[in-house]
Amino acid sequence: MNVLTRPRAGTRPRVPSRFLPVIATFVVFVLTFGAGAVRYEGFASGQVVANLFIDNAYLIVVAVGMTFVILTGGIDLSVGSVIALSTMITAATLRAGWAPWLVVLAVLATGSLLGFGMGVMIHRYGVQPFIATLAGMFLARGLCFVISVPSVSIKDPAFRDMATATIALPGEVTITYSVVIAVVVALVAAYVLHLTRFGRTVYAVGGSESSATLMGLRTGRVKIGVYVISGFCSALGGLLFSLYMLSGYGLHTVGTELDAIAAVVVGGTLLAGGVGYVAGSVAGVLVLGTVQTLISFEGTLSSWWTKIVIGVLLLAFIALQRLIVYRPALP
Amino acid sequence: MTEHAAPVVDLRGITVAFPGVKALDSVDFRLFPGEVHALLGENGAGKSTLIKALTGVHALDAGEIRLAGVPVSFHGPAQAQDAGISTVYQEVNLCTNLSVAENILLGREPRRFGAIDGRAMRARATELLTRIGLHIDPGSALGSHPIAVQQLVAIARAVAVDARVLILDEPTSSLDAGEVAELFRIMRVLRDSGVAILFVSHFLDQVYEIADRLTVLRNGTLVNEYATTEVSRLELVRAMIGRELGVLDEVERRTERRTPDATPLLRAERLGRTGAIAPFDLELHPGEVVGVAGLLGSGRTELARLLFGADRADTGHVVFDGRPLRLRNPRSAIAKGIAFTSEDRKAEGLVADLTVRDNLILAMQAARGWARQVPRRTADELVEKYVAALDIRPADPDAVVGTLSGGNQQKVLLARWLVTRPRLLILDEPTRGIDVGAKAQIQKMVADLAAEGMAVVFISAELEEVVRVSDRVVVLRDRQKIGELSGADVGVDDVLALIATEAEKVVHT
Amino acid sequence: MRNRLWWPLLALVALLLLNLVFTPSFFALRLQDGHLFGSLVDILRNGAPTLLIALGMTLVIATRGIDLSVGAVAAIAGAVTCTHIATTGDAVGGMALALGLCLVLGLWNGFLVSVLGIQPIIATLVLMTAGRGMAMLMTEGQIITVNNALFRQVGAGFLVLPIAILISLAALAGVALLTRRTALGMLVESVGVNPEASRLAGVRSRTIIWTVYVFSAFCAGVAGLMIASNVTAADANSAGLWIEMDAILAVVIGGTSLAGGRYSLTGTLIGALVIQTLTTTVYTIGVPPETTLVFKAAVVIAVCLLQSPRVTGTLRRPAGPAAPPVAAQPQEVGAR
Repeated sequence: MNVLTRPRAGTRPRVPSRFLPVIATFVVFVLTFGAGAVRYEGFASGQVVANLFIDNAYLIVVAVGMTFVILTGGIDLSVGSVIALSTMITAATLRAGWAPWLVVLAVLATGSLLGFGMGVMIHRYGVQPFIATLAGMFLARGLCFVISVPSVSIKDPAFRDMATATIALPGEVTITYSVVIAVVVALVAAYVLHLTRFGRTVYAVGGSESSATLMGLRTGRVKIGVYVISGFCSALGGLLFSLYMLSGYGLHTVGTELDAIAAVVVGGTLLAGGVGYVAGSVAGVLVLGTVQTLISFEGTLSSWWTKIVIGVLLLAFIALQRLIVYRPALP
Repeated sequence: MTEHAAPVVDLRGITVAFPGVKALDSVDFRLFPGEVHALLGENGAGKSTLIKALTGVHALDAGEIRLAGVPVSFHGPAQAQDAGISTVYQEVNLCTNLSVAENILLGREPRRFGAIDGRAMRARATELLTRIGLHIDPGSALGSHPIAVQQLVAIARAVAVDARVLILDEPTSSLDAGEVAELFRIMRVLRDSGVAILFVSHFLDQVYEIADRLTVLRNGTLVNEYATTEVSRLELVRAMIGRELGVLDEVERRTERRTPDATPLLRAERLGRTGAIAPFDLELHPGEVVGVAGLLGSGRTELARLLFGADRADTGHVVFDGRPLRLRNPRSAIAKGIAFTSEDRKAEGLVADLTVRDNLILAMQAARGWARQVPRRTADELVEKYVAALDIRPADPDAVVGTLSGGNQQKVLLARWLVTRPRLLILDEPTRGIDVGAKAQIQKMVADLAAEGMAVVFISAELEEVVRVSDRVVVLRDRQKIGELSGADVGVDDVLALIATEAEKVVHT
Repeated sequence: MRNRLWWPLLALVALLLLNLVFTPSFFALRLQDGHLFGSLVDILRNGAPTLLIALGMTLVIATRGIDLSVGAVAAIAGAVTCTHIATTGDAVGGMALALGLCLVLGLWNGFLVSVLGIQPIIATLVLMTAGRGMAMLMTEGQIITVNNALFRQVGAGFLVLPIAILISLAALAGVALLTRRTALGMLVESVGVNPEASRLAGVRSRTIIWTVYVFSAFCAGVAGLMIASNVTAADANSAGLWIEMDAILAVVIGGTSLAGGRYSLTGTLIGALVIQTLTTTVYTIGVPPETTLVFKAAVVIAVCLLQSPRVTGTLRRPAGPAAPPVAAQPQEVGAR
C-alpha cells in the first residue's frame, strides 16, 4: 500500500454506480405499468406488454441507433424523416414492381448513405451535429415529397403477409416479426458496444475525443460510423413502420426524432456522451409507450395529454439525474 | 550508459513554422535507448512543439526524423504509437469514463472469437500494472482514481504497447513528493529495460535527480546537449534564459522593507467546507503577503475559493474590515474589494474568444453592471497602462486573448484584477507555466503591491517561490491548516518539516 | 465575423436574382392605399415571425444555449389570445395575457437552465413537448377563428410596410442598441464563451442566462400573435411548427456559432431573409412547395460547408503552441 492507493482525503468519487440510471428507468417502467395494472382492468396482461413491443418496435430500433450517436456526444435529428423516407421508398418501389429483398436493400442503403453524408459533414467539415442532421432531416423529408406528395399504400402481398404474420408465444401472447427484429437489433447493438473495439471507441470518443485520438484510436471511423449506424437503424425502423402502417407517406413520424432522443435520455444516456446503455434506451421506449397505453386506456383523455405527460416525465428524469447522479453543488 | 549505442530517435534540422512564428528552427535532437533524457526550456521555447513534431501531430516544414536509423514520417499520433513512440501528456489524455483496463489496452485488446475478452483484458492489465507497481482494480473506472494514478495508468498503456520511446510531458506538475518518487522508480525500471525516456520538466531538482542527459531549447532553437553530471545549475539556467539568474535574487524579503498593519483586513473564523477543506482560522493584514503552501491536494485552492466566495462555506464566518461579511458568491467579495486569480486560467480565468481589452476590463465592467459601459477611452488607457506595466505581448488591445502565450495570458488575467484596485488580492498559482523572466516580474509586482498597502495571498506549488515572496506562510496538509510559519529566515525545509511532523503524528496515533 | 457574412449575403442575392429570372417584376413595388405591395414586401411580412424568433434565439445561442420551445410557445400565445378574444372580444387583454404567460414560460426555461443547470436542449425540449400539448388543451383541439380588427393589424396590418416586419425590425434595432451601446453584448458573449470564468469575474451569469430565455419566449409570443393574426385563427397543432429549426438555421447561417460566444444580429437578419426568400423562391419557380425542404437542405449544407474551417483553410494545422492536438469541440447541443 503506497501513497497512490491511499484514498484521497476528503473526496467522494463523483462517478456514480454505472447502472443506476438504467435501473432507475426500469423501476419507472415497472411503476408506471403497475399503476396501470392497478387502475385498469385487463391492463396487467401479457398481451398488453406484447403490444407495447409491437407498437414500438420501430422506435426501439431507432432509439438504439440514436444511442450510438448520443454516446459520442452527437445528436441525430434526421431519424424521423429517414423513417418517412424509408416508408416512401418502400411503397414506391413495391408499387413499381421491385422484388421485396431488393426494396429492403435499397432502403437500408439509402439510410446508411444519408447517415454517411451527415457523418462526413460532421467529422470532416466540422459542421455541428445539430445543424448537419437538421439539414439531413429537411433533405429526407423533402425527398419523400419529391417521390410522392400523397401517401402511397403498400399492396404487395408478400409484404402484407409479413405485416400481419404473428408468432405465438406461451401464454396466449402473440407478437409480430417486427418485435423479433427489434430485439435482435438491440442485442447486436449491445454486443457491439461492449464487446468490440468499435463500440468501446464509441464510449472513448464520448468521454474525450481528443484523448481517444491521442490514444491512437480510430476516432474518425467512429464519428462517421455512428451516423451510418443511426441512418441504418432509421431505415430499418422505417421498414418496420411500413409493415405497421402499410403505407408510405411524407408526413409519417413527424417529430419522432424527439421521441427517440427522449427515450434515450430517459434511458440514462448522457447527452454529453460517454455514458449509457442500449438497455436503457429500450427501457426508455417502453416507458414512453406505457404512458401512451395508459392514456389510451383512460379513454377520456385526448392525445395531447400524452405530450404533456411525456414532457413532465422527461423533466422528472433529467432533474433526477442532475440531483442524484451528479450531486452538483447548487450555487 | 549508452553513449556508444546508436540513437533510437534522431531528429535533424527540424523546423516547424506557424503563421507568424517559427516554433522550431533547425533543431537537432538525439535519444538513446536505456536513458532518461530531459528536455528543458522556458515557456515558448518549443518543447511541446518538438514532441508534437516527433509524434506526427505537427507536420514538419524542414528536417527529418529517424527511428533506429530509418527515416520515418508520421501523420498522426496513432502512427507514432504503432512505431513504438508513446506519449504521456501533462493533462492525462485518457478517457475517464472507461475502465482502467480499457484505457491501458484499448487498441490491442485480447479477443476471443472476435469479441473483446474482458477477463483476459483485466488479467493482462493487472500484469502490466503490477509490473510498474500499481495495485488497483483494472475494472474500475479511470475517473474514480486521482490524477497521479491516472498518469501512471497512462504509462502502463505505453508499456503495453512495448514502446521503445516513452515521452513524458511535464508529468510531475500535479504530483506530490511521494507520487513523484513512485514515478521516478517506474521510470528507472523502464530505463533499465532499455526504453528511451524523454522527460520534459521545468523542475530542475527533479531533472537533476532522474535525467542522464539534458537538452536545452531556447526560442525554438537548440542551445546545447549536456550530460547531467557535466553541467551546473547556474549554467543550465543561463542556457535556458540566456541571461543571468541574478534578477531573481533581487526579489528581497518583505519584512525588511515594510511592516503590515496591525488591524486585520480579513479574519476568517472556523471557515470550512465539507469535502474541500476543514474549518480554519486565518487573518490577513493590509500590506502583508501571506503565502499558502502545501502539497498537491492539500486544499490550497479550496481555501482561496472560500475567501473569494467562489465556493460557499459550510461552517464559520468571515469578518472584513471589522464587519461580518457573507461570501455568497464572487460578486459579494468583489464588491468589498477582494480579487482572485484562478489557477486554471484557461477554464476559469480568461474568456478566450474576447479581446485583450474586453478581458482586461471584464471584472470592472461586471461590477458596474451592464448598463454603464466602461467608456472606450478609459478602457484604452487602462489597457495601455497595464500592457506597459506588465510587459504584455503583443501590445495590441484588440488581439484575441486566446492567441497569447501562457505567460501573457496570465498577465492579462492579473491586470484584470489590478484594474479593480482590490484591497485583498488572492493569487492562485500566478506563475505556473510562465518563463523565468516573467515569474520574476510578477513576484516583484506582488512585493510592490504589498508595499502600497494591499493584502496579498500567494499560492504556489513551488515552495521556494512561496517562501521567498511571503511574510508569513500558511501550511496546509490533506485539506487542513496545520500551521503558520513566519520570520525572516523561514525556508522550504521548515515547511516540509512541518508537513512531515504532521504526517508522523497521523501515523503514530 | 465579417468574412462569415459574405456567404449568406451571397446566397441571399443569388436567390433574389434567381427569382428575378423567373419573375421579371419580382423587385417591383407599388404604393397603393398607403400600403406598399410587391414580392419583396411579402417576403418581409412572411419572414417577420421567423426573424423575431431568430432574434431571441441569437442571444440564447450566444450564451451557449438553445431554445427548442419557441414554436410551442408561439402556439400557446396564439391559443390564449384567440380563446380570450373568442370569449370576451377583448384583443388587448388577450394579447397582454398571452405575452404575460410567455414571460412566465421563459422564466421557467431560464430556471431549468440557469438554476438547475439542466442542459438547454433537454430543458427546452420539455416545454417543446408539453407546451404543444398545453396549447391543444386550451383550444381543445379545435381551430379557433376570431374576427377582431385590432388583432388583425398585428399580423396583417400595414403602416406603409407590414406592421409585422416593423415590429420585428424595431425589436432587432432595439436589441442591437441595447447590446452594443451598453456592456450587455460583451457580457452575453463572455458568458457564452466561458460561463465559469465570467462568474468568477463577477458577471451575473445566472441573471444573464435567465434573461435571454425570458426574452426568447417573449419574442416567440409576439411571433405567435403575428402568426395567429395572419390567419385570424389559432391552430395549436400547426402554429409555429418547426419554426425553431428555421430560427436556429437563420442564426447559424448568419455566422453565430452554436458553441456560443460571439454573435451577429446582422447575420441573423440576413439568415432569416435567406430562409424566407428560399421559401418564396420555391413558390416562384413553380416547383412543388413540398420540395422546399430539399432546397432548404441544400442551402444550409452549402452555407455550412463554405463556412467550415476546413474549407476556409484557417485550420490547416493547429495554430500555434497553445492549441490542443485536436480541435476542441464544445459539449453543448450535441456539438461534437
